[in-house]
Amino acid sequence: MTPDAPVLDLVDRRIVQATQAGLPLVEAPYAAVAADLGLTEAEVIARLGALQDRGAIRRIAVAPNHYALGMTANGMSVWDVADDRVPALGARIGALPFVTHCYRRPRALPAWPYNLFAMLHGGSRAEVEEKRAQVAAILGDACRGADILYSTRILKKTGLRLRED
Amino acid sequence: MTRPFRTVLPSDALDETDRAIINALQDGFPLTPRPYDDAGAALGITGADLIARLGRLRDIGAITRFGPFFDAAEMGGAFCLCAMAVPPDQFDAVMTQVNAHPEVAHNYERTHALNMWFVLATDSPDGIDRTARAIENETGLRVMQFPKLEEYFIGFRVRA
Repeated sequence: MTPDAPVLDLVDRRIVQATQAGLPLVEAPYAAVAADLGLTEAEVIARLGALQDRGAIRRIAVAPNHYALGMTANGMSVWDVADDRVPALGARIGALPFVTHCYRRPRALPAWPYNLFAMLHGGSRAEVEEKRAQVAAILGDACRGADILYSTRILKKTGLRLRED
Repeated sequence: MTRPFRTVLPSDALDETDRAIINALQDGFPLTPRPYDDAGAALGITGADLIARLGRLRDIGAITRFGPFFDAAEMGGAFCLCAMAVPPDQFDAVMTQVNAHPEVAHNYERTHALNMWFVLATDSPDGIDRTARAIENETGLRVMQFPKLEEYFIGFRVRA
């Protein structure tokens, strides 16, 4: 990314703004977006494809509501893993089917020694603890400490919003 | 957003096809003129059925969103997970102050001394620090920043 070049041009930004609430549920959704913006369907498809290739769009997909689907226990498991072993172990943890998000993050010593974060979902806390034990078994002696933070309340949840200026 | 996040759907709310849709459409969606027809064909249903089912899944709150997922950093902005240790008697007041910032995308109460965890999403990298400092000034509490250094595969599967 060059610092001076705008990452999204104006047309890209308009397409992002037109789709950030969701893709229209109509037979030809890209044509519908194009009609709203005065573009052609081919241009909208090409630009979305280019944004996807550049990684600005990660994917076009559904976001499941874990809680509504019965995953009522949600724990942010955190682990203090030896730095040189995080990349390989993180990839293994992230590949587990019950882990939705897995990130390496900086420690904040001394209060926060944890550098690997994995979101665990289950129908109950007992189920989450079982999954947490599976993660612990994979990390083995690379892990020097761990904790889990259960979410007790959603205080706010909105999608990413681009400012409209 | 007014969807009922904390309501569990009855177990018969989703049929096998609904579950297959949720699993398949987390991985991507075609960039073709008739993408619902194309995605539906892979699931053995028509595009019209897929559209109807997605609308229903959204209306009953089984999915929170269907569309492009943008990467704030790749678009010139930034994301950062932040945490605060909020004294319990100030919790609701601090929550109101934090949530008032449009940059706060998600905010969760969690079981830890660091009891408030939120994600800042800003359209420029310096927006993270600026927002975190503003929250610190308003609340008198420290905002700890945990930016992602590396990301590992993301997936979630409902029983198909």
